[in-house]
Amino acid sequence: MAESVGELSRRSMLGLSALAGAGLLLSACDTGGGGGPSGTQGSGEGKITALFMKQAGYSEDDIRAMTADFQAKYPKITVEPSFVAYEALHDKIVAAAPAGTFDVVLIDVIWPAEFGSKHIVADVSDQFPASWKTDMLGGALATASYQDRFYGVPWILDTKYLFYNTDMLGRAGVDPSSLSTWDGVLTAARALKAKRVVDFPLVWSWKQAEALVCDYTQLVGAFGGKFLSEDGKSVAFNSGGGLQALQFMKQSLDSKLTNPNSTESLEEDVRKIFSDGQAAMALNWTYMFNAADDPKQSKIAGKVGVAPTPSGSSGGPGVNGSMALSVSSGSKNQKAAWTYVSYLTSAAVQDKYAKSSLPCWSASYDSSQVVSALPQVVPVAKKQLANLIARPQVPRYNEISQILQAELQNALLGRKTPQRALDDAAAQSRSLLT
Amino acid sequence: MTAARTAQRLPARTGRVVRRPRRGELRLALLLLLPAALVVFGVVLYPAGRALVISFLDVDSPFPGAYPFVGLRNYTEVLGDRRLWTAAEHTLYFTVVSTTLELVLGLGLAQLLAAPLRLRWLFRAIVILPWALPTIVNGAMWRWILNAQYGVANAVLSGLHLQEGYRSWLGTDPFVALNMVVLADVWKNTSLVAFFLLAGMQTIPSELHEAARVDGAGPVRGFLRITLPLLLPSIALVLVLRTIEAFKVFDIVYVMTGGGPASGTQTVTFYTYLQAFSAQRFSVGAALAYLTVLTVLALALIYLRLLRQNEMRALG
Repeated sequence: MAESVGELSRRSMLGLSALAGAGLLLSACDTGGGGGPSGTQGSGEGKITALFMKQAGYSEDDIRAMTADFQAKYPKITVEPSFVAYEALHDKIVAAAPAGTFDVVLIDVIWPAEFGSKHIVADVSDQFPASWKTDMLGGALATASYQDRFYGVPWILDTKYLFYNTDMLGRAGVDPSSLSTWDGVLTAARALKAKRVVDFPLVWSWKQAEALVCDYTQLVGAFGGKFLSEDGKSVAFNSGGGLQALQFMKQSLDSKLTNPNSTESLEEDVRKIFSDGQAAMALNWTYMFNAADDPKQSKIAGKVGVAPTPSGSSGGPGVNGSMALSVSSGSKNQKAAWTYVSYLTSAAVQDKYAKSSLPCWSASYDSSQVVSALPQVVPVAKKQLANLIARPQVPRYNEISQILQAELQNALLGRKTPQRALDDAAAQSRSLLT
Repeated sequence: MTAARTAQRLPARTGRVVRRPRRGELRLALLLLLPAALVVFGVVLYPAGRALVISFLDVDSPFPGAYPFVGLRNYTEVLGDRRLWTAAEHTLYFTVVSTTLELVLGLGLAQLLAAPLRLRWLFRAIVILPWALPTIVNGAMWRWILNAQYGVANAVLSGLHLQEGYRSWLGTDPFVALNMVVLADVWKNTSLVAFFLLAGMQTIPSELHEAARVDGAGPVRGFLRITLPLLLPSIALVLVLRTIEAFKVFDIVYVMTGGGPASGTQTVTFYTYLQAFSAQRFSVGAALAYLTVLTVLALALIYLRLLRQNEMRALG
């Protein structure tokens, strides 16, 4: 019996390796040929699929409602929307690209360099009307462009604002206008903590994810730092403003002004903690205003204040966190996909849903429909959106971001000094810039 | 004893059938095997071969096309990357600790389930539940239990005054977070181990225990001298199975921590995923996957060897 088992497994091993060898040969023959995505314009009618994200910006309900309106207007096109978490969006787009699963995809401001250079999304520069380039806000236009080509149409124009709990500030005797600088924010936090209004006045999205880099970027801007050198060929975040930003973050943790759970929080966790009245101040995307002010999902409705991002030693730019809608290169129905993208990004549709996400069109900020949707936010946004800071626009951004996320956390958790962590991140990133 | 006799009879009978197949039968057999072979080829062998080829090229986009041949550069590059070795340390720790805990707890649980209790079927059904849960659901569940702000773990522990105030389980200390992932894995997979061992225990004839009792052996000695030695084949099997599974851990990490904090829960397969899909370095991902395969293959060979030795011992 023992013999026969040994023989059997040995024999089947041989057989397996023979088959595997055949498989290898066949797959080796397959490496050439093909080349790039095989999309076509299509008839402009029929069914298309679209990939969106589940958090921040327009909600799933908003998108379904927009899509229903679109189908009523263009009855010959049917759209099937899908939704994934932001954290899964990039990888889903990449994995689905060769099969052309999605005709329309939502892309983040940090991806046009990568997706454009690898031809995952279509270059739509020729279809992009010249008037859009003047009518859309500058920060929005940067979302979809890389090296003067357009790889999509801006759809969500967003940056992080400072939200505060007016009730808590009042109890601590803090004047909201003092929150215009980060020094003012720290002073306010100390007052809130001293008067025991709240255990941890500040909460951030510092989980090891892109959200951490967004908060860091905003602080880098405030302290006058830069990610890359002027020529874009070397890393510059490990000195000056880049270093000060991280030192600021670490210090706010050490002095217990920042909730220690920030290092496991994403934007949604920040929203929950803030809406539960367990934080007095937080940076977050536009959508938090509407959500925190909604009595159905918040305990602090009516007590939400919003301000532009505080300034550091060098002004207060907001992180550019915009997103664009792109036609995927593998789509067999690019004409219909473009029709859908043009519809969703049109001023009329964006103005209608301004409550969830502010429009990309400059004229919208004077439209009474938009201003009345979010009367507190629009004046702030008008000021903030003119002053944005971008994360590096390089094809291998994702790898740099992963390294940066890990090293930022090393510093925040006290495993390395901020200087050492950023030097290590810089050393690992250097080769990824070319 | 009867089991051993049937076991001896079985291979003899099947052996006769295999040795004298008629031609038509053989052809029919091959024909019937063809669909399965095609499926195996399509979803296992072809992708495996393709991944091997890719690991020698420099593929940086998901589309087919001509990519430069770089030989073993991807392998040398990942083997020289400190991040791989850090991830390997986490994987090793996870594998050793989770497998050990599952085995020890599983053994106790199996004893309990084998005991002649009333409602034994109910206990068995309850114990199998964690294993029936998909890993993703299990990961999401533990993430919520351990949530620093709203989690049940903090509420219970501070309610019982076992800890002062709320603390972070998954966000501030990488080593604590890794242990929490181990905990979630142990909670789920202990039941599987217990059932493997329970099956093994039921093949131990009760006469042996009765005879031992007549000779004056207590329950502890009975367990050490009878249950444990006779259970060794099952233990070896479940040990190797769980080791291989634990070595490939990915989904529970993805859901619970996303590799954080400070990459402290990043395992080899998670690092592979990041390289292949987030960074679009498919060749590096393929090289990493093949290094994983080689390690798992080594484990599998040990497993086959152990199995064979056990069978020999059972017959001898």
